[in-house]
Formats: sequence, structure tokens, C-alpha cells
Amino acid sequence: MSEKYTYAVARIRALELALFSNSTIDQLIACGSYEQCLQFLEEKGWGDNETSGNAEAILTREEEKTWKIVEELKVGMEHFDVLSYSKLFHNLKAAIKAVCTEDMNRHVFYDDVSISGEEMLEIVRTKDFQSLPENMRQAAEEAYDTLLHTGDGQLCDVIIDRAALDAIYDAGKKAKAEIIRDYAESTVAVADIKIAVRSQKTAKSMDFMKRAMAECDSIDTDRLAKAALGGMDAIREYLLGTSYAEGAEALLESPSAFERWCDNRIIQTISPQKYNAFTIGPIIAYVLARQNEIKTVRIILSGKLNDLPEDSIRERVREMYV
Amino acid sequence: MLSSISGNGWALLGAALAVILAGCGSAYGVGVAGQAASGVVTEDPSKFAKVLIMQLLPGTQGIYGLLVAFITLSKVGLLGGGGAELDVATGLMILGACLPIGIVGLVSAMHQGRTSVAAIGIVAKKPDQFGKAMLFPAMVETYAILALLISILAVTSIQV
Repeated sequence: MSEKYTYAVARIRALELALFSNSTIDQLIACGSYEQCLQFLEEKGWGDNETSGNAEAILTREEEKTWKIVEELKVGMEHFDVLSYSKLFHNLKAAIKAVCTEDMNRHVFYDDVSISGEEMLEIVRTKDFQSLPENMRQAAEEAYDTLLHTGDGQLCDVIIDRAALDAIYDAGKKAKAEIIRDYAESTVAVADIKIAVRSQKTAKSMDFMKRAMAECDSIDTDRLAKAALGGMDAIREYLLGTSYAEGAEALLESPSAFERWCDNRIIQTISPQKYNAFTIGPIIAYVLARQNEIKTVRIILSGKLNDLPEDSIRERVREMYV
Repeated sequence: MLSSISGNGWALLGAALAVILAGCGSAYGVGVAGQAASGVVTEDPSKFAKVLIMQLLPGTQGIYGLLVAFITLSKVGLLGGGGAELDVATGLMILGACLPIGIVGLVSAMHQGRTSVAAIGIVAKKPDQFGKAMLFPAMVETYAILALLISILAVTSIQV
């Protein structure tokens, strides 16, 4: 236990007051229209003068605000690398596809990561894979060659997604902070379960699943893949014997309930950080909680924009951290 | 070498330890609670008064140490004049009498500081629960007060 994070955690505690609770989310869902939702968000302090009335700009601004606060806390951005891996590997995937297909759409990249879209494009274009972080090099080269020679975009995705999961898991194993280990374990396990469910629905082979699934302690990927070949009931049966039994129930309910459970599982993993005063845990939990909040608001706004009924939106809404 | 220390020397060491140990504990406690208080005030300056009280709680041990040191110095006549020449046994007894507040002051102030940090977290999120939040670090104070009582009783009852 260290006093290093005392100031930062206390500041985060004060900031947690502004996080949306489940009742605030209920109020947002109860708004009559998309425009009223935006007005509600603005009244809650979301966005700024420049983003008024533009949902995507408001959500982007909120994400930027979160990272600005984290930078101000001066706790070392390296602790948050594990949270940016999915965006970083997404940039790699997008860059490889852009270079191989010569379709230069610059709006598919994330810029708030250590290697921006522009830099990633340059690396892939010059095949300078050695300048990538070590955990990306091999996957980048393999995915690039695969897409170039086979034109199989899905296989390219699988290679990079698997590398992203392995990177998250390795970062978790190496991390001193318990929350990063728990987050990595939950993220990889939930991703493996998602792969199994989607593979079952699209009748993928055992080889495909083995290639896509990343090893982790709480899930036996062999058994999960075999269960996926046996059908949805077999997946549920397998999950009932693991610590992800609630996922089995969500699978039974509906696909959107399962997706919701996947995100809720991460929030449940970070929940104990509400009672921790001396580690970096609450700061990481706050960032994850903000990301979950922004994602939930995006789901609600999208539902409102497409005139989905309230119940249908509610089914997709994630559990809040506070 | 130790045998060359006079009774007054041992008594003075006792007074010094009471101030140093309890003072160090309080400095740590007030410091760590101050970091947490600053974090809260950065986001919400209206909570300044509440978190300041929380920050000050671990500061009492330093005052207790000072009080025991004053009584000790007064007892041996280093404060106010009329000092007596103590024998080594009496000096060692005074040193022993000062240790409770020194050691308990150090440990309790450190723990009280950490409990104050946690209590500041309560105030940050639920300012209306300030009274309850303050009780948690205040509990730790009990043991500093017990040690203070014993140190005062012991120092004052030693015949010089």
C-alpha cells in the first residue's frame, strides 16, 4: 500500500459524484426525443460550447475530458496502456486494410493512442514493423502477409484481435496493480466467450476458434471451443461450471442481454475499487467507468435516433459504476 | 558509554522521544490526510472546512507528545529553574514514563492519518455523512489518549 495515489484517489472520489448513476440513465431514457436527450446531457455538463447539439462531438469531448483529468493526476500514463490496446490494435488493423486495399479512409483511426492513424499508415506502408511495440510486430507482419496474399479480411482481423487479447493478458500478468490483472482476466475471458458464441452462430471450425481465442486462467479455451461446436446449450452448460455462470443466463435471455452482460462483467470487476483509498485501482476504475458511461449514452442516443421503444433501449443499457 | 549518562540525561531523552516520535507520527498523518484533502478541494472547494477537520485529527498526537515533554522538563527542573540532580534510576523511570505517548503516538497518528484519508473519501462523496465519517479516525484517538494519560500519571508520580 502506498501514499503515492492519495491525492489522485481523493480527487477521483470527488469526480465520481458527476458519474451517471442508474437513475440518471433512467432519466435519459425517459427523455421524449433525441434532441431532449442531448439537452439533458448538456444540462449535466457534457460537451462544451463547441459541441452543442452534436452527439458525436459531445461524446468525443467527454472522452478527452477523462484523459485530461488522468494526465493532471500525474500517476504515470503507462498504467493505462492496457486500456488503450484495443484502440491501438484497431489502428493497426485499419492501417493494414487501408494499405492492402488502397482505400485511405482516415476517419477509421483513433488518434488518442500512442501510435496515431497517420503514423500507423506510414509504418505499414513502409513495412517497418520493427518500429512497432514488440507485442504487435509479429501479428502485424502475419496479418499484412495474410491479407496481401489471401485477401481474407476476416483472417487478418482474427490475427490482430488475438494479438490484442494476448497483449492485454500479458500486461495484466505483469501488472502490480490487482485491478489491471482482474481487468485483463475478465476482458480476455469475456472476449473468448463472445468468440465462442459468434462462432457457434456462424458455424466456424475448431481451428478458427483456437486461432481466435486467447488463453486465460478462468476459461479453458479447448473446452469452450468444443462446447461451441456442440451448440449454444453446450456453451451455456460449460459456462455454468465457471465463474461466468451469469453469462449463461444472459445467453438464454437474448443476444443483447448477453452483450450487456459482457460489459457489466467488467464493471463488476472494478466495483471493489469504490472502497479502496490507497492504490491506483480507483483511478483505472474511474476511466473504465467513464468509458462505460459514454458507451451507454451512445447506445441510448442511437436508440432514440432510430425511434427504438424504451424497453428495447433499456435492455441494452449497461450497469453503472456508481 | 551508557553508564556515563546522568539521570537528567535519561529524563531529557524521554522528553525528546515523546516529542520526536509522536511528532513524526502526526507529521505523517497530517501530511497524508492533507494530500487527500487537497484532492477533494481541487474538485470541490466548498468541502474545505470539512476535510480540514479530518486532516487535523492526526495532529493531536504531536501535541500530546509536546505536553508530556513539557511536564517532564518541568518535573526535572529544566523548565522554570530549580533543577534537581536525578540519579540514573529516576532518570530511566522518567524515560520509561515518556515512552507510551512516544510509541503509541507514532503508531496511532500514522493509522489515524490513513483512516482520515478514507474518511475524506466519504466526505467527498457524501458530505451529509460528515459526522459518521469523522468517527472512524476519532476512534484511533482513544489509544493516543490512553497512552497520554499513562505518560502524564507516570511522569508526575515519580519522586525526584
